[in-house]
Amino acid sequence: MSIHIDKQKCISCGKCCKACPGSLLYQDEYKKTFIKYPKDCWGCTACIKECPAQAIKYYLGLDIGGRGGHLHIKQEEDYLDWYITSPQGETKKVRINRKESNQY
Amino acid sequence: MQFKVNILHTDLLIIGGGTAGCFSALTAAEQSDCKIMIVEKANIKRSGCLAAGVNALNAYIGEDETPESFVEYVKQDSEGVIREDLVYSIAKRLNTVTKKMEELGLPILKDENGNYVQRGRGSIKINGENIKPLLSEAVYKHRSIEVLNKVNMIDYLVHDREVIGAIGFSIEEPKFIAVYAKAVICTTGGAAGLYKPNNPGFSGHKMWYSPFNAGAGYAMGIRAGAEMTSFEMRFIALRCKDTIAPTGTVAQGVKVKQVNKKGETYVRKYGEPTTPMRLYATLMENENGNGPCYLQTKGITKEQEQELYKAYLNMAPAQTLQWLEHNTGPASQNIEIQGTEPYIVGGHTASGYWIDRNRKTTLKGLYAAGDVAGGSPKKYVTGCFVEGEIAALAAVNEIQQKLSPAVDERVIQRYVNSLHRFFENGSCLYEIEELEIAMQKIMDEYAGGISQQYAYSEQKLIIAAARMDELMDVAYTLQVKDLHELLFIHEIIDRLYVGRVLIEHLKARKETRWKCYQENKDYPEKDDANWKKYVNSIYGDGKVNILYRDLIERDEAYEHSH
Repeated sequence: MSIHIDKQKCISCGKCCKACPGSLLYQDEYKKTFIKYPKDCWGCTACIKECPAQAIKYYLGLDIGGRGGHLHIKQEEDYLDWYITSPQGETKKVRINRKESNQY
Repeated sequence: MQFKVNILHTDLLIIGGGTAGCFSALTAAEQSDCKIMIVEKANIKRSGCLAAGVNALNAYIGEDETPESFVEYVKQDSEGVIREDLVYSIAKRLNTVTKKMEELGLPILKDENGNYVQRGRGSIKINGENIKPLLSEAVYKHRSIEVLNKVNMIDYLVHDREVIGAIGFSIEEPKFIAVYAKAVICTTGGAAGLYKPNNPGFSGHKMWYSPFNAGAGYAMGIRAGAEMTSFEMRFIALRCKDTIAPTGTVAQGVKVKQVNKKGETYVRKYGEPTTPMRLYATLMENENGNGPCYLQTKGITKEQEQELYKAYLNMAPAQTLQWLEHNTGPASQNIEIQGTEPYIVGGHTASGYWIDRNRKTTLKGLYAAGDVAGGSPKKYVTGCFVEGEIAALAAVNEIQQKLSPAVDERVIQRYVNSLHRFFENGSCLYEIEELEIAMQKIMDEYAGGISQQYAYSEQKLIIAAARMDELMDVAYTLQVKDLHELLFIHEIIDRLYVGRVLIEHLKARKETRWKCYQENKDYPEKDDANWKKYVNSIYGDGKVNILYRDLIERDEAYEHSH
């Protein structure tokens, strides 16, 4: 699995369930999202971009270098703000203008 | 489980709402009055290969290029066995589809004169993080396009060798769906998950190609007797180790070299640096004790590093997370590279449906576009757009003279029963996941996977074929508990069909034409005198029947002779 869903933060909107390209996310009896097939996640972050409550974070498995760090995303108009938290708890923000091209 | 039967009618059915499918639908909606239906197993907003984004358009005719030079480049990179006619038809439209995508909102990097900035040969720089939502928004603006999300199609409806629709089921509610159409375009993508992947269980789906592309379109075509081509030309990507993130962004974008553990460049030691050769050389360096191999990024500027963090977030966020999590980055550490497991994917190599220049398959009423269509390697995203466009134009033209097909209740009932069967199967010793692991192990060990350094022999392929047949028998005895498991079992059955055809193609080409992609240890040399031809196949009566076809040249007007 490469996502973790915080049920406290989840607002039961179901947007992530709709967007997952593997249809891996489902809602429980309280309409809170859970990932039904954790190993099948591609790591595309579609769900994280959908979530209006920043309830989903993305992390790497131990087998591919995960050390406890994670990222989540906030959207603000044309910007995607990626918050990357290190294993020590420090958070870096990388702001990307969705209307600007990559340089590489 | 009781399925509610829904029978739907449309003019043009598009199966798979990814890159090619959405573009096909847009073209058909703009160019005709016909009713269009996209059936998509997930949701077109992020489904298909573009889910996380894409960071460049890798097929574009830049300033010093022409459609003719593009064909030559693809031909050379693919060792001469391509459908030049198809590649040429793509090349001529690459720039107009790019323009259209820009109009839909895709940001493309431009210089001070307003020209696109090129990233190496035939590639331009974009911000493709949002490319799929842009496409899906455009689709939803057309009232003539109906989108059925979360519906998985499993077989074509065929009458007198003509495709008249398709059947499938909803993965959200127990609903059997039959769509009858005057023409069908298959745009389901290629096949991942055939071979044991780079990463073990937990990160097994952290792979190059979409793990949700299970070769459904190939398998549907195989079962219906469509002619397929060049499955033996597998694709294996050279990627950043572990995260399986793209290397082109760094190799072509920042222009760095591939180096071995001693810091020596090594690709040219083995031959001309074609796409397969860059991979083969990396494999050989590891074999010869010169690994690990890297992209030599150490020493790039901090500004370049910052831009790479962004570029990777826009397509493969795992890579940026890995850097920042380890408090490092490409400026201070070279990027280790590795080859992936093999995939079958017509957007990169030539595997797929055997089609004519209108993207018509050998089955009447059925077109194929994008990764599922064969003959034209290196079409990438823009090439998939072009094929979607060509197929849509031909299909809407065909539709004008056609009546709606008649519904056959008996056929529908037979298919509904075939779905029920999986729920009614008694408990079985095996789980669906075990079947997947078994299949991937067989393909890895006996059909040239990572553990075999991609090589195989005929004897091994014979073993692979026998074991895959055994698994196919087991597959139909498995019990499913819900609709998602019904999806899983169909995805595995589809992969077994694709794998079975692949094995016969690998067996049939008695030479080694493409390093790693097709490396036949019984015939380790390239044999131009005998093998400058296509290996094709038609499945029937439980057998893969191989046939060979002569090369088709750039200006030939190939038509099917059925």
